[in-house]
Parts: sequence; C-alpha cells; structure tokens
Amino acid sequence: MTTLPETSAKKLGLVIDLDTCVGCHACVVSCKGWNTENYGAALSDQDPYGADPSGTFLNRVHSYEVQPETGTAQLIHFPKSCLHCEDAPCVTVCPTGASYKRSEDGIVLVNEDACIGCGLCAWACPYGAREMDQAAGVMKKCTLCVDRIYNGNLPEEDRVPSCVRTCPSGARHFGDLGDESSEVSQLVAARGGMDLMPELGTKPVNKYLPPRPKDVPADLDILAPYLEPVSGTQKGFLGWLDKALEKL
Amino acid sequence: MHPAGSVILFTVASGLGFGLLTWLGLGLPDVRGWAAFFYYALAFALAVGGLLASTFHLGNPQRFLRAFSQWRSSWLSREGCLAVACLLVMGLFALEAVFYDAVWQPLGYIGAALSVLTVFATSMIYAQLKTVPRWNHWSTPVLFLALSLGGGGLLAGQVGPAIALLALAGVMQLFAWLSGDGRFQERGTDIGTATGLGVRGVVRAFEPPHTGNNYLLKEMVHQVGRKHAVKLRLIAFALMIAAPLVLVMISSSALMICLAVTCHALGTFAQRWLFFAEAEHVVGLYYGKR
Repeated sequence: MTTLPETSAKKLGLVIDLDTCVGCHACVVSCKGWNTENYGAALSDQDPYGADPSGTFLNRVHSYEVQPETGTAQLIHFPKSCLHCEDAPCVTVCPTGASYKRSEDGIVLVNEDACIGCGLCAWACPYGAREMDQAAGVMKKCTLCVDRIYNGNLPEEDRVPSCVRTCPSGARHFGDLGDESSEVSQLVAARGGMDLMPELGTKPVNKYLPPRPKDVPADLDILAPYLEPVSGTQKGFLGWLDKALEKL
Repeated sequence: MHPAGSVILFTVASGLGFGLLTWLGLGLPDVRGWAAFFYYALAFALAVGGLLASTFHLGNPQRFLRAFSQWRSSWLSREGCLAVACLLVMGLFALEAVFYDAVWQPLGYIGAALSVLTVFATSMIYAQLKTVPRWNHWSTPVLFLALSLGGGGLLAGQVGPAIALLALAGVMQLFAWLSGDGRFQERGTDIGTATGLGVRGVVRAFEPPHTGNNYLLKEMVHQVGRKHAVKLRLIAFALMIAAPLVLVMISSSALMICLAVTCHALGTFAQRWLFFAEAEHVVGLYYGKR
C-alpha cells in the first residue's frame, strides 16, 4: 500500500555530522559495494570505462563553500542519501504500491518486483534520493541496509548501515530517532540537528549536525618568536671576514 | 524537467482524445451510424494512442496492471483507473450510437464526467509535486482542462464553446507563464534551506559529488530545453490559441476547423515541451543549478 503508516514508533535513520565529515567518499564506495552485491537489482554503471561514465548511487557526497558575513569561508562536505521522511511524498505518488514505508521501523523501501519504473517517485523527492537504475529499469534508493541491520549472521558491530560502518571519521551515526533516549536523539538534541528543506513538509527522519564554530586563537602566528632574525656581531674568523669584505 | 517525447505525446493526444469524448458523451454533436464511427474512432485513437505512448518511458511496462491498484493515494493510479473506466463506458455508448441508432443518454453523461476527471487526474500528477513549484499550483489543472475541452470542442465542431474555452486557456496560459516564472523564488526554497547551511552565510556549490552526468541531472535538471523558451512561448501561443481562434471566427466550415485543430495540436506540442523544459525541480539546488 502506498498510503503512509499513521505512525511508526520506531524511526530508524542516520545522523550525519557535517563538522567531522572529511569528504573522503568512502561511504559512497561502501554503499555501492554492499548494495550491488546484496538486496535487489545491482547498482549498474553505464559506459564505466568510456568517455561518458554514469551510474546508480544511493549515497553521494556534495561539497559546499559557506561564506559568512565576516571571516573566512568554510568548506563543508555534505553526504546525501534517503532521509526516510515521515511524510514521504515518494511513497504516496507510487501507482503500483512498490514504494512503501514500513510501519515497524519507518524505513522507506521499494519492492522492485512491483516497480514499473515510471520515475514519478524520483520527481516527488526533493532530495534526489532516488535514482532509476538504467539497466534494471527499477527505482533504487537507500534501504538503510535493511539486510545488514537485522542480519543475525553478521557480528553485532556490523549490524549498522554499510556507510556508517565504513566512515573513518565517525561522521555517520545510526539509530532510532523515535526514541528520545537513544544516542542519536541525544546527539541531535545536543548539537542542534537540523532538517533539510523543512518548508516542504516532508518531516525527514535523518538529521544533519551543523558544523561547529572554528576555534580562533588570539595570536595565530605561534612560530614568530622563534623566527626572529639573529642580531649581534660575528666573532672569530667569520667576524674578520665580514669586516674585511665590508671594507672592500 | 526532461521533456520526454513519450510523455509530451501522451498528454497532448490523450488530452484531445478525452476532450472529444467529453463532447460526444454530452451528445454534442449527437452522431449516429457512420458519422458516429468516425468521431469515436478519432477520439479512441487519440486517447488510447496517448495512453500507449505513456508506457514507452516505463522501465518495466509489462507490470502495468499493478498501476491500477493504488487509486486511494496516487494520482497516477487514479488516472489509469479513470481512463479505463471512461473508455469502457464511452465504448458502450459508442457501440449504441454506431450500431443501434439509439443511445441511453445518461451513459454518455457518465462517460463525459469520467473523461473530464481523467484529464483532471493527469494534470494532478504534475500539480501535486511540491518539488516543482512551477507546476504546484491550481492553474495547472485549470489549464489542462481548458485545453482539453477547448481542443476537443474544435474536434467535435462545437465552435461557440470551443472559442470560449480556448480564450480561457489563453488567459490561463499567460497567467501560468507569468506567475510561474517567479514561483520558485516565492516558495523560499534555495541552496541555503536545501543544505541547512543558509543561516551561516552565503552557500555556494563548490564541488559536485560526481564529475560525469547522472539520472538526477538528466531527468530533473534539464536546462538545455530552456534555450529558446521565449521564442517557443510565442510560437506555442500563436499556434495553440491565436491561430485556431482567428480561423474558426472567419468561418466554421469543416476545412477551417481541420486547419484550426492542426494548428492547435502543433501549438500544444510546443506548449507541452515548455511545460516540462521550463519546470525547475528543487533537487537542482544541491548542484547549484535550477
């Protein structure tokens, strides 16, 4: 059914820390790897080694420059994937019922066997989280690694989305955002986690932690005292040479 | 948005087809026998041809039956259901008119209502999308309905109502273009709200996530099609509205109506190209584009 569940007490999602993301794209690669080898149709590439390569990705990292009114500009790396919205417009537009939001944990998924590949859900998503796979003709999107997080065959530390497990800078956190006492909810509360395009009313579950203000030391040039020119007159042979050359 | 040929063909042809079916269902003109055969054949060819064209852009068209299941929530599903219901009802009505020379008029009224609802559902597929501010407005369904009923009225030879409806479509089109140009900005969605970083300063897309093209850019950040927008607007308006109005006001002979319909259809193709090509999707903001 493409009607949304009334409520889902559990709201699994990601919290992405824009302060610590270093823009290495490791999450992009691990996402592509895991989701090509596991759940659903593989994430295909078109013309991968040719002049015009393109392909399907469920997670992409943008980079933005923010110029404040005063001070220097800041570069912010910005990973973007499905936000598993509570009021997901991609779900209600689907004509076949392939696109759905799970009532048990809030994950938005696509039943690829029912997808006709009309692309309307990708049009309805403001975040560009859905990409039509050009080889399979079905819509692909982040599954929150539903085949990892409940997978009893994996060691417990691996039962998180692939991107979270891979991130070398700890910029990605996974948990239940419906539970106020969860680590991710506390992180959001402490750091002022924000929604993307809140004005569109999609109520995203995923939150972004804004970059923290940078430290500005009083005197930036800590090496200066050690680099003062050495004054005074030379003694010995070099001193005599210096004087002799000066007289010439 | 990417102006896909199949979707342009679908909306133009089925719009005209269901418009003509509306008038035939109302008994305007009240045709029987061979005359009815030709009218209904044209209407069904346009409506069904358009619907078939719409399946060309699907990734897996063989699963189309599933698209009739989600009418409770999806405008696309509603459109499919209404179109099939309309074609069945009008099919029966056409059989009566062609072979039995006796029609049960209430059936025609039901068919006409279903035709109008089908076109309305088509327009709502676009008008419902908050992600495309230009479309997300009441003027979208009004324009689609006025064009469908106006063009259908020309095909049905209902010159008086067709003139009124095309004039209404002309006014709505100008309003849609003029008000639509500024709507993206009015809605207040920009790169600042898209990234949540706007409160910190001026945000600029520094580096895209990929150096090549991708589905999102091809499908939703299609900027090439806007190159000749102003010229195309003039051509579209002249052919879709002005020329047919002048032609049928000069004379309402069959030849003039044929000419008027041809102009109108060509103009509507140009208009529909612009409808897609000029529509800016908010996802472009993430790439620093519109």
